[in-house]
Amino acid sequence: MPTRFVIIGAGAAGMAAATTLRSLDSTAEIVVLTDDSYGYYSRPGLAYYLTGEIPERQLFPFSPHELRDMNITLHQGRALAIDPVAHEIALEAGELLSYDRLLLATGSLAAPAELPGAGLEGVVKLDNLEDARRIIAGAQRARAAVVVGGGITALEIAEGLRHRCRNTHYLLRGERYWSNVLDETESAIVEGRLTAEGIRLHRRTELASIEGRDGHVTAVVTKTGERIECGLVAVAIGVQPRVELARSAGLVVDRGVLVDEYFRTSQREVFAAGDVAQVRDPLTGRTVLDTLWSAALDQGRAAASNMAGSATPYIKPPALNVTRLAGLTTTLIGAVGRGRDADLVAIARGDSETWRGTGALTSAISVEDVSEVNRVRMLVGERTLVGAVVMGDQSLSRPLEELVARQVDVSDIRAALLAPGADISGIIGRFWRQWRQHVASQTG
Amino acid sequence: MGLLAKLFKRDRARREALVTGEVTPEPQRCVQCGICSYYCPINIDVRRHAWTGEPVIESRCLTCGECVARCPRGVLHFQRIELFDR
Ligand SMILES: Cc1cc2nc3c(=O)[nH]c(=O)nc-3n(C[C@H](O)[C@H](O)[C@H](O)COP(=O)(O)OP(=O)(O)OC[C@H]3O[C@@H](n4cnc5c(N)ncnc54)[C@H](O)[C@@H]3O)c2cc1C
Repeated sequence: MPTRFVIIGAGAAGMAAATTLRSLDSTAEIVVLTDDSYGYYSRPGLAYYLTGEIPERQLFPFSPHELRDMNITLHQGRALAIDPVAHEIALEAGELLSYDRLLLATGSLAAPAELPGAGLEGVVKLDNLEDARRIIAGAQRARAAVVVGGGITALEIAEGLRHRCRNTHYLLRGERYWSNVLDETESAIVEGRLTAEGIRLHRRTELASIEGRDGHVTAVVTKTGERIECGLVAVAIGVQPRVELARSAGLVVDRGVLVDEYFRTSQREVFAAGDVAQVRDPLTGRTVLDTLWSAALDQGRAAASNMAGSATPYIKPPALNVTRLAGLTTTLIGAVGRGRDADLVAIARGDSETWRGTGALTSAISVEDVSEVNRVRMLVGERTLVGAVVMGDQSLSRPLEELVARQVDVSDIRAALLAPGADISGIIGRFWRQWRQHVASQTG
Repeated sequence: MGLLAKLFKRDRARREALVTGEVTPEPQRCVQCGICSYYCPINIDVRRHAWTGEPVIESRCLTCGECVARCPRGVLHFQRIELFDR
């Protein structure tokens, strides 16, 4: 009998797992269950749907017939309960689905706003395509929109709304944008560009309540008593893993579903991956939540290999977050935020300084001088690089990603890097190439 | 750099890409948004290459650079084809 794999969730983790399972086991039954009526699409792509860069149909990486060709069954429906003893899933529609091995890839959802008026029509979030459609429809009617939240999603909504709505207000709780991750200059670059795009920034501004008439939003009131009239309020203040199914099935749950380095939960034959999983890092012994697309793909693939029978422990790579902030391609590698070790030294270089342009780092050919703004910041520890932020020109991104991920000993270039006016790009580029050659010669 | 010099530099880089380059993805940066495929003038599904990690070695590719320039995440670049390695 072929093995029957059931995956709850048709997101990045679920689909990466399904395609990996198929490549490892040509006869298995693979069923992917989703409560999203649009199936699998690029969730980060929703940002570019909002700005109008792509039409809705472009969000779907696989056509239905491609999934059929891979013999992957996409099943529409919501799982209400799992019986890990009987190996059964109860669906909302009353059906029962049985499984031999189950993957929970239920993702996460936006944390709800908890303030008076949050239930009014016109208060929106951005988790899925349904939400994106609602935002677009709402923006057409609203003369002004208000966006709340400190991270990437809030900023993406603000930029999307700016393309659709004359007055877009973006409220920042603190002094500057994304202050727990970006440094002051980076925040200032992003804020300057948002302002230039026509978005109105309100610093040190928190919502107290949302006002409405006939059930629909008409304004927000801030904690300092300011009133901003608007027909749309978008809230993106963080995400929460969707753990209810796991919890009610008796799995061990902390902030996410706890899994070991093989993605096994506390129940036999039940695995979890992606935003919903809190994964054990065997190097540190700690468990971590990663709510990132690339992590969801990696984890989905790794979980699938383990479900198919290989026992390969997952070594968590340092966080890699590639995004676009106010039109600037930005890569955040490893530990870059606040609360860092006092022993770390930060090196930052902007356009006015000489860190770019000492010849090709790789054999890549640069056709466009892509960006008007270019900046790199590295966090240098005693022996290793622990993190980096690369904005604009991305040619240093890959070298830095590898040097951080492999914890390469950089003591030999540390002093040169820290010297004032150092040619960072040349130093890193040469060092990285030598290191790669060295690794290649060792692995033969 | 002056505007003309810039344009000239870009033009030369374009010609170089056309002769010796192929569009190469870094899959771990890609979020499958599909902008690359949408703007490809001859409908190559560049996004699929960014999923599998395969460079775009189709002879149809014009190496126009549209996908490279449009990608919001810096997933794509022109890689020199190592003529003697193949
Ligand atoms: C607007 C936006 C922009 C983003 N931008 C970036 C970015 O730039 N970079 C980045 O790294 N990450 C980004 N992310 C985060 C990234 O999309 C997630 O980390 C990733 O999608 C997680 O994948 P997942 O498979 O774990 O979960 P999801 O993609 O959330 O998929 C979960 C799936 O589970 C299904 N499901 C849940 N519960 C049930 C149930 N009970 N029954 C049936 N089906 C169920 C859902 O329908 C869905 O199909 C962004 C997210 C959003 C919303």
